[in-house]
Parts: sequence; C-alpha cells; structure tokens
Amino acid sequence: MRAHTRIGFILLLTPLVLWLGLLIIIPHIDMFLISIRERISFGVYETSLAQYEKALTEPLYLRTFWRTAVMSVLATAITLVIAFPVSYYIAKMAKGRLQQVLFMLCLIPFYVSELVRTFGWMILLRETGLVSNLLQWAGLADQPVEMLYNDAAMMVGLVYTSMLFMVVPLVTTLESLDDSVIEAGYDLGGSGLSVLREIIIPHAMPGIVSGCIVVFMLSLGNYLTPTMLGGKDSLWFTEMIYNQFIVRSNWELGAAFGFMLLVLSSVIVWGMLRLTGRTLQETMG
Amino acid sequence: MIPTIPQSRSFRLIYGSYVLLFFLYLALPLTVVAVFAFNDSQFPSLPWEGFTWNWFFGDERPQIGVFHERGILRAVGTSAFVAMCVALLSVCVGTTNAFLFNRYEFRGKGLLYVLMLLPLVIPGIVLGISILVFSSTLANGIWDLAQMDIQALRPGLLLVILGQFSFITTIATLVITARLQKFDRTLEEAALNLGATRLTAVRTITIPFLMPAMIGAVVVAFLMSFENFNTTLMLVGSDAPLTIAMFDRLKEGSTPLLNAVSLLLMLGSSLLALVVILFQRR
Repeated sequence: MRAHTRIGFILLLTPLVLWLGLLIIIPHIDMFLISIRERISFGVYETSLAQYEKALTEPLYLRTFWRTAVMSVLATAITLVIAFPVSYYIAKMAKGRLQQVLFMLCLIPFYVSELVRTFGWMILLRETGLVSNLLQWAGLADQPVEMLYNDAAMMVGLVYTSMLFMVVPLVTTLESLDDSVIEAGYDLGGSGLSVLREIIIPHAMPGIVSGCIVVFMLSLGNYLTPTMLGGKDSLWFTEMIYNQFIVRSNWELGAAFGFMLLVLSSVIVWGMLRLTGRTLQETMG
Repeated sequence: MIPTIPQSRSFRLIYGSYVLLFFLYLALPLTVVAVFAFNDSQFPSLPWEGFTWNWFFGDERPQIGVFHERGILRAVGTSAFVAMCVALLSVCVGTTNAFLFNRYEFRGKGLLYVLMLLPLVIPGIVLGISILVFSSTLANGIWDLAQMDIQALRPGLLLVILGQFSFITTIATLVITARLQKFDRTLEEAALNLGATRLTAVRTITIPFLMPAMIGAVVVAFLMSFENFNTTLMLVGSDAPLTIAMFDRLKEGSTPLLNAVSLLLMLGSSLLALVVILFQRR
C-alpha cells in the first residue's frame, strides 16, 4: 500500500475497531469473566464455576431456560406457517399496485414501537377488553373472560411482533422465482402440492432461513411481550437476567445467565446455518 | 398457484380470505390503541363513554392530555436527543465501515465482516448487560486508581446512546455498503484525472451519490433508537426515554393518555417512513 492509502486505511479501520472492540468484544469478555467468579466476602472474589453450577442445578432456572428456547422455536415455526401463504400471495398472486400496497401494509405496524403493539394486545385481550366484551355480546360467555397472562396470549404477541422479519425475506426470495418455472412444474404433471414441495419451498429456502433466524433471535431476546402478556408461569429467560441484574444486583449470576442465552442463540443460529449450508454473510448481509 | 394456472373458485376464495384475515390481525392492535385514545373515560377499554380530545389537549385532572403532561414531554425530549446522537454516530461509523469494506483488501477482512454482523445476532438484553458490566468495571478501575468517580460510566444517557449505537451501526453499515457497491468507480477516477485530490473526489462525487442511503440510514437509525426497549432497559439511569417511561406507566395501569402518546408515535413514525420512501423514489 502506498503511504496515503495506508493512512486512509488506518483512518477507516480505527472507528470499526473502536466500535467492535470497546462495545462488543471487550464487554462480552468482561461479562464472561464476571460470570466465572464467586463472591467470597466484601470485595473478595474467587474464580469458580459456581454461577453456572447454580444455573444448571436450580430447577426453576433450568426449566425457564429450556422453556424459553422451546417457546421461541415454536413462535418461529408459527410465524413461518402464518407468513408463508401471505408472502406467497404478495409475491406471486398480487400484481402491480396491489402488490406494493399489501407489502407496505405489512411494514407499517413495525414502524411503531413494540410497546405500542403489546399495549394493543393488552387492550384487546384483558378482562375488560374487546374480545371479552365481544364474546359476552355474542352470548358465548356469560361473564368477563380474562385472556391475558397466559402462554397463548404471549404467543400471539410474539408472533405478531416478529411477523415483519419473516414476511420481508420471504417476499424477496419468492419474487425472484420465475413464473415459468412454476408453470413448467404444472406442465410436467405436478400437482399444487408437489409444485409447492419441489419448486417453491426449495427456492424460498434462503428467505426461510434468514427469516427464521431473525424471528428466533427476536423471540428469544424479547422482554416486553412475555412480561406484559405472559402469566406467572410464562417466565422468560430475559426476565431472569433482568431480575438478577437490576432487582437483586447479583451480577455474577446475571452475567452467567446472559452468557447462557448468548450461547443458546449462537448454537441455534449456527445449527440452522449448518443445516442449510449457508453463511452468516449471505443470510444477514 | 399463480394467476396463469386456473384454480378452483373455492380455493381462491379461501386463500383470499386468509390474506384478508392476516391483514386484519396486523391492523387490529394498532387500530384499537388509536381509537381508545379518544375515549372519554379513565380506562382504555369498553364501555365507550364518548369522544374527547382531552387525552391530547386536556389540562385538568383527571384528564391531563399529552401536551400538558410534563413527564411524557420530557421523556420525548430525552428519546429525541438519544435518537439524534445515535443516528449521527452510527451513520458516521457506518459510512467509514462501508468505505473500508468496499475499497480495501486486507488480511482478516472476512473475519472483521462477520464481527461487524455479530451485533445483529446478539440479543439486545445481552448487549445491554455486557456494556453495563464493562462500563462499571471501567468506572471501578478508575476509582481504585485515581479516586475519581466518572458518573458518565454509570447507567445513564451516555450508556444508553452507546448501547443503541453498538447494534444500530451494523444496520447503517449494511444500508450504506449496499449503495456504495452500486457506485461506478470510474466517476471517481475521472475526477482524479481532472486534477481533483482523492478527498475532493470522494467529497464531491461519492458522498453525494451515497446521500440517499445515508439519509435513509439516519432515519432508520433514529426510528430504531426511538423504539428501542431491551438494550435501553438495562442501561437507563434517572432520565428515562419514552419507551421506558411508557413501560413504567403501563405497569401501574393505563389511562387513555398512553393511547394518545401511542397514536402520536404512530403518526410520527409513519410520517418519517413516508419521507424516506419518497426520498428513495426520487
């Protein structure tokens, strides 16, 4: 490199290195270091795996950890199943203006804060809410029905919150599928189902993978929806992190929880990429 | 299953109504929030007590409107300030990152690119606590060394800004890189041939070309920062941004005041989004 390009290179590299180093890499290392220490007495710490031992032996912690993982996978699957037909409709069935309008309509709710969306579901589902009143009016219930504070309500909220991140990649990949390929599938004697299975889904795979990864990440890391819509039994792992850090000031255990969440999400994302033979650059970039 | 392949009537009917139901599902919560902002009652729920503007303009108890509610207005100001800082910072760093990845070949580029994407796959809460932990380690270290208490490193606005910046920069980088890749390098070379220095060429040719993407990134970063909840929750000090302030109120029970704030938020962000779309069209 010549002298001036070298200076330019260093000038451009510095902000990147500062950003990643000071805000991403070192903080995570520090968090790991905190998670492997144990408080012996005031200001005296010892390196040990006590926090992880506690996290892995306490039934409540372990249960919440797996529950969060399983529920996030479930939320991702439901989001995919709901979003796929809609994305297909937008990408392939709707044409011209209608297509653009439908796509825009999908985007609008997500320009609004997650808090507002959750608030909307609370108004709908709570005891004095609209759905409860509607059921009473229709004669399906004879007293107010509480529909908030359970897993189903939480699931509705989770699916709603991350819908966009499934629809957009799906629409983008489905749009790139040529109509004539689908027609050829039918011409060769394929039924609707076999065309879907052999042509459309394989083509949409990149979109499905990136949509699933993002939705899974968002569900796993969600705090607001489980807190506001979920019940006593729907404790989410992020709530436990928050409780240890802010409510109990037990940073060691909280850091261990944080690290477990990070490992869980990395393993699942990595696994999904491995399964489909794709790289993070292709999926996110 | 494309328009050129005939489908049975009932199939089309079912498919169409499914899509319709989906859009109802999307619109329902937001509509409800918006409508109850005008309910003349203490609760955002049925029964409907009549139409009122009081939750926007009211200045008497019990119906104090948004525009007379100090706490909310201050929170909006805090959010706007944070979002402005985050947007500017992340677009600056995003632009330098885009140039770095677009213009230079160096060892470890692939690794750096993956590291650059990483903040997108780290849960927001984890980002928040890791920065919280590190800044307090720093603050404690400085205290032990020099007996100085650096307030800025304790939970507060600076940490909120840094926390949001840490992942919004990735998005800004992606947006700006996408545009820079479409840039025709020969334009810059022509400027150099005509006697411009490198910096002048970049400033007068490349940056104007990047402007739509940069403005788009500013708006996206602003919106993301304004709406951010998870990372902010872990780093917030005594000055709460709007989402945190609303969350605190929501926990205590809600009045239609929150609906009014939400409706204004919806209008504000759709307006911004519209501006971006119109800008990108041109």
